[in-house]
Amino acid sequence: MRAQFVLSEVWIGLRRNLTMTVALIVVVAISLSLLGTGLLFVKQVENTRTYWQSRVQLSVYLCTPTDVAANCQKNGGVTPAEVAAIRNELLATHDTTSVQFVTADAAYQQFRQEFANNEPIVKYTSKDQIPPSFEIRLKNTEADAAQVTEVMDGAPGVSQVVDDASILDQFYKLLDGARNAVVAIAIFLLVAAILLVANTIRLSAFNRRRETSIMRLVGASNFYVQLPFLMEGMIAGLIGWLVATGLLIGVKSVLLSSLQSIFPYGVTLSTADLVEVIIVAMITGLLICGSTSFLTLRRYLRV
Amino acid sequence: MIHFDNVTKTYANQGRPALESVNLDVEKGEFVFLVGPSGSGKSTFLRLILKEERPSSGRIHVAGKDLARLTNWKVPHLRRRIGCVFQDFRLLPNKSVYQNIAFALEVIGKPRRFIRKVVPEVIDLVGLEGKRDRMPDELSGGEQQRVAMARAFVNRPMILLADEPTGNIDPATSIGIMKVLDRINRTGTTVVMATHDAAIVDSMRKRVIELEFGKVVRDQSRGVYGQAY
Repeated sequence: MRAQFVLSEVWIGLRRNLTMTVALIVVVAISLSLLGTGLLFVKQVENTRTYWQSRVQLSVYLCTPTDVAANCQKNGGVTPAEVAAIRNELLATHDTTSVQFVTADAAYQQFRQEFANNEPIVKYTSKDQIPPSFEIRLKNTEADAAQVTEVMDGAPGVSQVVDDASILDQFYKLLDGARNAVVAIAIFLLVAAILLVANTIRLSAFNRRRETSIMRLVGASNFYVQLPFLMEGMIAGLIGWLVATGLLIGVKSVLLSSLQSIFPYGVTLSTADLVEVIIVAMITGLLICGSTSFLTLRRYLRV
Repeated sequence: MIHFDNVTKTYANQGRPALESVNLDVEKGEFVFLVGPSGSGKSTFLRLILKEERPSSGRIHVAGKDLARLTNWKVPHLRRRIGCVFQDFRLLPNKSVYQNIAFALEVIGKPRRFIRKVVPEVIDLVGLEGKRDRMPDELSGGEQQRVAMARAFVNRPMILLADEPTGNIDPATSIGIMKVLDRINRTGTTVVMATHDAAIVDSMRKRVIELEFGKVVRDQSRGVYGQAY
């Protein structure tokens, strides 16, 4: 094995085919970074789901004196007797793991805390606009939520029943949609990348048909004849992957972070997640470039 | 060294076989001229020896190997023992004389020290001293063919196949080419040369095998180009 000889042949091939090589690198880079972005979305959704699975709860908001909900206007704010009745109802009839009463005071404090960096909202929201509530955690979130909602909706003193999961669903839908679009484009581009690899190798084989015919004539092994071409495809794929890695780091730090500020629901992607996605992208890139080169060579460089 | 046993080769879509029932033996160290008009089967004969084609029937042995039983991945090893020279030289235009010859060794994985030693020797053997750094387009046709012969011989093959090596070269220069081939033959290498060049065949007085329509019509030691003359 003469590494130096093979490498110099690879270098000659890449340089002679410069436009095709650059096109190949760009397409591989873009398709891999889109694929990676799709995977990052998947990870984001997964992480968010696991995070919220244990925290999702049902909130039963009670009436305040200023509440405009139909159920509240009859008798103004919720009375202590109604609160007690609701508590008993919740504890008695449903499969709850915890029922916690949040007083209007506590709710207001929490509200101020969560919107601390949004001064106007805090300023123009008066204390009596924040309702007291029951925060209920259910044993069987999905099945029981509907049942509790049905019973509580319209009970005296109850303004509104909100299932936290329904809010998160919007967030999931957005992420899922974005992921699907990105992965679809990535798949199209990967097909383009495969065709480009095949074409680049074919051109390269055509450019060097003199060399390869002489190599075959003097008895170079198939491996020796094909290796420079194979490496050409792989190196272009590897450079494309490096570019994609840069783009993915950018996507993670800019795009997903800004998404986080729109939907402030906790959970950031860890560096480990990013590394995993980048490794998947590398394997995909090398597999696509390597196997396509190999198959193309079998067609055009038969001994 | 080369043994053809009732070999017939018919190409697909062609009625008449390119070679028909050919039986012949070429011994180690022989010098053989292969003559006959275009399309008589000379090139097919050479391609069969290299296993670039497979015979439709019959058996071929080259250098003690039965080609029918040689697996595809061993074909390169067969070709390392056979040198080839062509009418059109087939040099790499972007490599110098030295690089063209070294290329044949590099691609079969020979160590650089070995290449540095043998390439200058073979350059001397073909008479190109002092031209090792010239590019092919700076050389005459005869000189280019010498480079091609050096490349074919540098790995010391057992057999050298030459397909009309003087076809593109004037008669005076051809004599020099034949001298080199003769020199290679004297090292013990078997030489098979397909040619149309009557003057050369007549002057060398070597074994002559004549093909016509794919059949051996004459096999004569110390022969001449045409029987009629």
